[in-house]
Amino acid sequence: MQDLHLPDRRSIPLLLAVLAIAIAAPFMFYPLFLTKVLCYALFASAFNLLLGSCNLLSFGHAAYFGASAYIAGHTAKAWGWPFEASILAGVATAAALGACFGYLAIRRQGIYFAMITLALAQMVYFLALQLPFTGAEDGLTSVPRGKVLGLFELDNPLTLYFTTLLIFICAIALIHRTTHSPFGQILHAIRDNEPRAISLGFEANRFKLQAFVLSAALAGLAGANKAIAFKLATLTDVHWTTSGSVILMTLLGGLGTLFGPIVGALVVVTLENYLADSGLPIQLVIGTIFILCILLFRRGIVGEAQAFLQRRRGKAD
Amino acid sequence: MPIQALLGQLLVGLINGSFYAMMSIGLAIIFGLLGITNIAQGAFYMMGAFFSWLLLREAGIGYFYALVLSPLIVGLIGAAIERTLLRRVYKLPHEYGLLLTFGILTFTQGLFIYIFQTAGRPYPVPTELAGGFNLGFMFLPKYRAWVVIASLTTCFLVWYALEKTSLGRTLRAATENPTLTRAFGINVPALMTLGFGAGVALAGAAGVLAAPIYTVSPIMGADLIIVVFAIIVIGGMGSIMGAIVTSVSLGLLEGLAKVYYPQGSNMVVFVIMIAVLLLRPAGLFGREK
Repeated sequence: MQDLHLPDRRSIPLLLAVLAIAIAAPFMFYPLFLTKVLCYALFASAFNLLLGSCNLLSFGHAAYFGASAYIAGHTAKAWGWPFEASILAGVATAAALGACFGYLAIRRQGIYFAMITLALAQMVYFLALQLPFTGAEDGLTSVPRGKVLGLFELDNPLTLYFTTLLIFICAIALIHRTTHSPFGQILHAIRDNEPRAISLGFEANRFKLQAFVLSAALAGLAGANKAIAFKLATLTDVHWTTSGSVILMTLLGGLGTLFGPIVGALVVVTLENYLADSGLPIQLVIGTIFILCILLFRRGIVGEAQAFLQRRRGKAD
Repeated sequence: MPIQALLGQLLVGLINGSFYAMMSIGLAIIFGLLGITNIAQGAFYMMGAFFSWLLLREAGIGYFYALVLSPLIVGLIGAAIERTLLRRVYKLPHEYGLLLTFGILTFTQGLFIYIFQTAGRPYPVPTELAGGFNLGFMFLPKYRAWVVIASLTTCFLVWYALEKTSLGRTLRAATENPTLTRAFGINVPALMTLGFGAGVALAGAAGVLAAPIYTVSPIMGADLIIVVFAIIVIGGMGSIMGAIVTSVSLGLLEGLAKVYYPQGSNMVVFVIMIAVLLLRPAGLFGREK
């Protein structure tokens, strides 16, 4: 699970092209759909930060996404908090939850880590089912969107999309900065050889926990944004199927790459949109892709494309 | 608190605990031999229940035949999956095994939802086991008593087979050191197929036993497997007897919680998991490798 990122010189035109597409897209496609893609792309990128940089497979990331969605939705709806405050409340909840769960989960290694995160997330699901403010089976509905900075109505789909895009870009920049900072290097060192990193004087568990909290907080940012954008927080947001689909997005797009989770989220969200009308259960298709992905192309779409480009470059030289 | 209600819930707890035990020893065998954390165990449990329902509806084959046939079919499907899919990820890190079986769980659930929809289907209690005993202080339905006896007997038979027979010794040898076991001329890949088939057949058998108690539905296994995972974290996968004891005690604790604190009953196992992680991070019977 190595870190494959493009060298900086090449990535600038590519980044500009992606940005241009992102700005032009809402004039060609349904902005609300694109907003959804952005929310899940951020969610998957947050998950990828943990799996790609630390090799920690969290099987319960829906807990942070969903808890944050509920808190953001509740503060906006019941307490009338402005957009920014609701989002921050959601992120803070996710970060706090991440700190508690991360503290527990990093006490065990490998596969047990995944099992613990899954079990802890299931607790959040049961809480969401039973707490008085979550609306149980119905979820939290008709959350008001409010205004950005008290000025721009988020009920305008374009405003909503560009606000989400801005949040998304800031978060991705933060993730990129983190993985390429000294902190990120230490995470890689721990991932590649934990005993050696410890012998060099790094407290492995402290760094893992910090990465875990950051990943949970960013997943929370995605969840809060989603709750406001779709005026909705439901049990699906905290369910293990959501934890599974964020894993799939990351894997399908390309583990440990910057663009992989974004591509994966685009593919999976698009697929879900199409399948919603087809009568074919989404799980059937998701499961098939999951199996194919693990057996045939573990590097994912972006990973395979990068490997292909590198091979071609190798031949040309 | 009336004593009948308490005993009734403890009985339900005992039943759930014995299902947990069958699921978790299956998981432990599979993890030991294949290094795969089989989250699809939940799907095989569901399949066990569904096949017995199908056998009854389509072929008129009754409960006691289904109790043998259904786990057998589940085991054969498991063996086929091991041969075609799982075999390809043994050399990869353990996480890929979990992810692959997660894909299998999702796929199977989706397939059964596609064919049978999500609605639950009742499976009648077999006439031989209908009714119950009046013990004076409580009413004990025959079927529930049977489930406890049947599943715990199965668990102890598995324990006996693994600990005391020569096949069990070979399996344990293959778990400890597959390369060396192979050098002794033992067909380890075949053992792995057998081990996976047997492990999922246990889940299938639990499903058949569960069918008359819980309604048969495509999504019946998924939430169960998460609880079983928490139990595995508490008890560790190192010891079969440890897994049985942990599973049954947690089932009983869940039953107690249903009486004294019903809102929290579905969270008891997770709370205990947290306590164990804080106090004894390696698990009750575990050794941290």
